[in-house]
Amino acid sequence: MTKKYIGKRIKRSEDPRLLTGEALFVDDVEIPGMLHAAFLRSDYAHAYLKSIDVSAAQAREGVVAVFTAETMGDDWQPGPPLVSPPPTVEDVIFHSRTQVPLVKDKVRHVGEPIAIVIAESRYIAEDAVDDIVVDLEPLDVVVDIEKAMQPDAPLVHDDLDSNLAAHIEQEKGDYAAIREEADLIIKRRIVIDRGAAVAMENRGIVAQWDAKSQRLTVWDTTQAPIAIRNGLAARLDLSEHQVRVIAPFIGGAFGPKMMMFYPEEMLIPWVSIKLDRPIKWIEDRYENFYATTQERGQVHEAEMALTLDGRILGVSDVFLHDSGAYDPYGLTLPLNTQCHMMGPYDIANYYSESKVVFTNKTIVTPVRGAGRPQGIFIVERLLDLAAKELGIDPVEIRKRNLIPPDAFPYEHKIIDQAFAPLIFDSGNYKPVLEKAADMIGYDRFVKDEQPRLRAEGRHVGIGIVPFIETTGVGPYEGARVTVEASGKINVATGVGTQGQGHFTSFAQIVADQLGVDVRDVHLVTGDTAEFHWGTGTFASRGSVVAANAINASAKLVREKILALASKVLEAPEDELELADGVIRVADVPRISISLGELAMLANPLRGAVEPGTEPGLEATAYFGPQYGAIAFGTHAMIVEVDPQTMMIEIKRYVAVEDCGTVINPLIVDGQIHGGVSLGIGNSYYEKLVFDENGQLLNASLMDYLIPTAAEVPRIEIGHEETRSPLNPLGSKGVGEAGAIPVPALFAQAMENALPEYDLEILEAPLSPNRLFELLREKEREL
Amino acid sequence: MRHLFDVGVTVNGNRYERTVEPRLLLSDFLRHDLGLTGTHVGCEHGVCGSCTILFDGQPVRSCLMFAVQANGHEILTVEGLGTPEDLHPLQEAFWEAHSVQCGFCTPGILMTLVPFLEENPNPNEDEIRAAISGNLCRCTGYQHIVDGVKLAAQKMSA
Repeated sequence: MTKKYIGKRIKRSEDPRLLTGEALFVDDVEIPGMLHAAFLRSDYAHAYLKSIDVSAAQAREGVVAVFTAETMGDDWQPGPPLVSPPPTVEDVIFHSRTQVPLVKDKVRHVGEPIAIVIAESRYIAEDAVDDIVVDLEPLDVVVDIEKAMQPDAPLVHDDLDSNLAAHIEQEKGDYAAIREEADLIIKRRIVIDRGAAVAMENRGIVAQWDAKSQRLTVWDTTQAPIAIRNGLAARLDLSEHQVRVIAPFIGGAFGPKMMMFYPEEMLIPWVSIKLDRPIKWIEDRYENFYATTQERGQVHEAEMALTLDGRILGVSDVFLHDSGAYDPYGLTLPLNTQCHMMGPYDIANYYSESKVVFTNKTIVTPVRGAGRPQGIFIVERLLDLAAKELGIDPVEIRKRNLIPPDAFPYEHKIIDQAFAPLIFDSGNYKPVLEKAADMIGYDRFVKDEQPRLRAEGRHVGIGIVPFIETTGVGPYEGARVTVEASGKINVATGVGTQGQGHFTSFAQIVADQLGVDVRDVHLVTGDTAEFHWGTGTFASRGSVVAANAINASAKLVREKILALASKVLEAPEDELELADGVIRVADVPRISISLGELAMLANPLRGAVEPGTEPGLEATAYFGPQYGAIAFGTHAMIVEVDPQTMMIEIKRYVAVEDCGTVINPLIVDGQIHGGVSLGIGNSYYEKLVFDENGQLLNASLMDYLIPTAAEVPRIEIGHEETRSPLNPLGSKGVGEAGAIPVPALFAQAMENALPEYDLEILEAPLSPNRLFELLREKEREL
Repeated sequence: MRHLFDVGVTVNGNRYERTVEPRLLLSDFLRHDLGLTGTHVGCEHGVCGSCTILFDGQPVRSCLMFAVQANGHEILTVEGLGTPEDLHPLQEAFWEAHSVQCGFCTPGILMTLVPFLEENPNPNEDEIRAAISGNLCRCTGYQHIVDGVKLAAQKMSA
């Protein structure tokens, strides 16, 4: 394979359609006779459903049907399947309680759907929602995860003894023993609060049942169309081949668009069959704040044991993890947190205990970062506090603890989110840390610039945080690569795409394998009629798992091309070369055949073929990694804080990333920019504020602030490349990396900016208001 | 009883006559009555900027207007800016600079920037950031959008 495209900044082939408004998003699907859905959702966080009267809604002109749990009859079934099953390791408690299509007896969070109205327009459907009379008997509400675990707490699920959803302990070495030998113990309570993913496109589903062909077509804003198809078929008692799920262009996803199943995802197709009409439901932004999943709430009791020279002897942490009203994602998030709480450091002793807690809040599932930012926040905060205590420079204490390059593969002896052993496949952490320090001018800033700025009365701080990211987990993805008679290549894969540039980066791999122009490789993603094996786009795995499946299929096609061309051109395979869409004898270039002609020869209309021959130049292949690939990086920033207004200005931001082989640096840079931007929100602007009744107080984009172009600075990016030995391309994921270290970085830099306050930032996110409170508290102490 | 009103608008140079309810949002009118689905709806409360269109040459949020208010006015949507085969220089620059990821916010950002670049053909980075600070994007972190605008300014002044 010649690397003409891999590693190049190729501009994206999908962009012209996106730039001109021609790309199809779910809400763009229009079908004649289509009806529209709206939901009655609970205003209470916790209540018994006593009665519901839909007669006025049904009588409204333009309303076609109203369904409740009761009128769904036997089709109402609780508990769509778990997205990820509980681990099979010993001593794990796990109570699976998954969401229901419509509330039957008890509401467990604000926004939970109680009834669905189907009408001729969305406007009428929303009018009719207001016609429904519902009697809810409010119950005491569980909001705070620590209070939820008190013995007298109200129960989210009445059939359980407590609000404990799950419990898992993991241990490496012997923390209790090493604690006795430590020179220093840093022990703190650290709180991380909830945020929202806020994809610019809300969720949406269009379902069309065709009674004549007995087929169901569903357009869904999902990250996992194949899993949705399989689940829908099972639930609706159809064959998988009767159901086609299309995830067209998706307007950002960031995790919450992979939740099998949202109630709406099951209901809209069900109603389409029931009424024999196409049905559309598009979530509005208000619903998105209540009914689309969220993440990050945890409370940690964490400690770190160190020697006087700053060597980490061990980390111990007990944490509560907020699961919201149900727990469809099993233990994915707490396991991710557990796997990141040792960061990139060589730590021999580790104890972690996690309790997953039900609350009367929106369901928690992964949001870009997915438990990882919390783990990194814990280890980095403890290390910062230790560095202060020991009088060691923050960069120096990190260097002393990094896993050395000769220690890979480095086995942590705990399990990861896929229940596989946590093994760091490859890495070279120190150069990445040094590069970031160098790029931001760490030494110069600390020695010269900062003292000068402080003398001027300015509050400018620096932070630097190395991190790791578990990426590219299994089980597998697949792809089919076909050379068409035109000589162009068609590639079909199961993963959906939400802006990651798959149409281009995947095409680059195929173009290099087959020696064609990258613009001649056409990608189809996220359509189960085109490819129906695979799991989905999550956990930074597209460029690892799907990309390697595509590489493997393209390789098989290359072999077929060479075998047939060798016969046709009467030359040995090793004397042939593929370039510019032509196969030629390397030394005698006039002896050649185009790929298109060869594809036609491979699919003859007449004549006999040899037994065992497969038609066409086509191959399907799969890739499943042994375990996940560990990407890593270091971020650094310089921030100025105004202690009067609490406004901040990020003066420099440096991100050095190592995600193994980079397929398209332009796309990778974009992923990092976006991740950092979300991380900045997670650090200083974005927090979902629930009151004691479980009501979200900032459920609009006017109140919940995501960073704008004015808050996100220019990000300077550095790359290192340490190949993963676990896949032929050597790639690691990068989709979530940008978001992971930012809250920890913010905390370090803010403390550094405000030395006279001697701040200890033990929470994320901060906000201007919260910083004001912290500074006032300190002023009172001083 | 539903009251209906006649609306006549010119969108992307084409004249449309429709009869609509007074409460119909302009964004829904463009998308669902006229089939111009390039204008995207992200929040319906005027914050995200995805639904930005040009209304008599000025950028406005089509989710904050009723279709009836557009009666007799001229509208430009992203469909009127360029086609995949014949991109507007701003679209061309966005393509080159990788200013697009999921592409959902993109039409609104383009429509915000077209009049901005007419008024300010040679903007600096701060001016560009201020100009797009009313448009939310969750994918790009804005940097490549800013780069795209700079590139467009160069192309358009060349």
